[in-house]
Amino acid sequence: MSGPHGHSLHFHGHSPIHRLPPEVKIAAALTFVAAVVATPREAVWAFGLHLLALVVVIAVAQVPAGFLARRMVIEVPFVVLAVTMPFISTGPTRPLGPFEVSVAGLWAGWALFAKGSLGALTALALAATTEAPDVVRGLARLRLPAQIVLIMSFMIRYLDVVSTELRRMRIARESRGHAVRGIRAWPVLASTAGALFVRSYERGERVHLAMLSRGFQGRVDLGEGGSAGGRDWLAAALPLTGAAIAATAWLSGAGR
Amino acid sequence: MAVFVFAAQMLNFPVGVGVSGHLLGGALAAVLAGPWVATLAVTVVLIVQALVFADGGLTALGTNVLLMAVVGVWVGWAVFVAVRALLPRTTAMVPVAAAVAALVSVPATAAVFTGLFAIGGEAPVDLGTMLSLMLGWHAVIGIGEAIITFLAVSAVIATRPDLVRGAAPALDRAREERLAAACTTASEGVA
Repeated sequence: MSGPHGHSLHFHGHSPIHRLPPEVKIAAALTFVAAVVATPREAVWAFGLHLLALVVVIAVAQVPAGFLARRMVIEVPFVVLAVTMPFISTGPTRPLGPFEVSVAGLWAGWALFAKGSLGALTALALAATTEAPDVVRGLARLRLPAQIVLIMSFMIRYLDVVSTELRRMRIARESRGHAVRGIRAWPVLASTAGALFVRSYERGERVHLAMLSRGFQGRVDLGEGGSAGGRDWLAAALPLTGAAIAATAWLSGAGR
Repeated sequence: MAVFVFAAQMLNFPVGVGVSGHLLGGALAAVLAGPWVATLAVTVVLIVQALVFADGGLTALGTNVLLMAVVGVWVGWAVFVAVRALLPRTTAMVPVAAAVAALVSVPATAAVFTGLFAIGGEAPVDLGTMLSLMLGWHAVIGIGEAIITFLAVSAVIATRPDLVRGAAPALDRAREERLAAACTTASEGVA
């Protein structure tokens, strides 16, 4: 009984990437995305190399391409924005098929698409190889403030509980003949949301009291996994490659 | 609390896919939990969405937090407090003020996004066009969000009004009135 969103992004495996300490993976993913974003958009080849570097990592992690491709659907709204860019931008235009489109808008759309896709793929690769509680542990080791780590770890711990609660409410609605169809379903959905809030809040109160009676003092031990050793930082290979590609693209652009 | 915001975000609009088809939820969270908790909760939700569910993107995280957790929540709260001050102090008025707050906060967030785009955007998009496009879209989303917020806040007020942070003044007043009524009855009893 796991909710529709559950931990469906995680792909169970035992590759070297899966075994890396989470803080190393988070740092590597963030730096790589920064390198991608810093790459000048005119250097189309550089984005190909970025993609290649990322594909190598995904291959080592043995995450199937189809698994990631299905989850890239999340990017669709950004692709829509990228596609509209050439049409709503101003400035000099050029013909593209039957349309006259803005050159600058075309570049902006391309940059949005390329950088957005690489960013989403990086985040998917991180999520596919790292369990949610490990992400929280990694963030704590990267010195995220304790309160935020605490809220986050509770949120992840109770996510399945709340999404199953939501699922039970949906089943209850549907077994009484309710179908979500257009605006007339909104009052029902809204009272579901209201009831979910009250139930979650009351559950939170019960859990808090139970924890206090067991000596909770505002700190949660997230458990020690071994901290990152020298070899683990080999993961820096990905962001270093990305940075090298971005730097080369800038230099070749300057030489033009 | 964060769990709820998360679950509420999953309640996607059955209506169109826009630049952002998600429930922004900032005003709703602010009315239910107060602006400080709401800011924290929405921030955490966005971090988890970016890192664990790969939704929203890593580089967009700063923008998302600024727009949804700061602008969405605080504009929502400011409008809510202003409207609440104008209406009679009863719990029935709280969902109305919350709906207005949601209605205003969504286009306000869109306007701030356009402002950010004007500062940092790479495409020479005509800002007037973009602003009207964004505001038009988000006014529609804002209306939807206002309806959902109104109904959700009403549902919570019906069962546990003490959990709605924004209803505190109305509840205080109701308590004072009950107390005053009780005192009157008591003094009449003595007399």
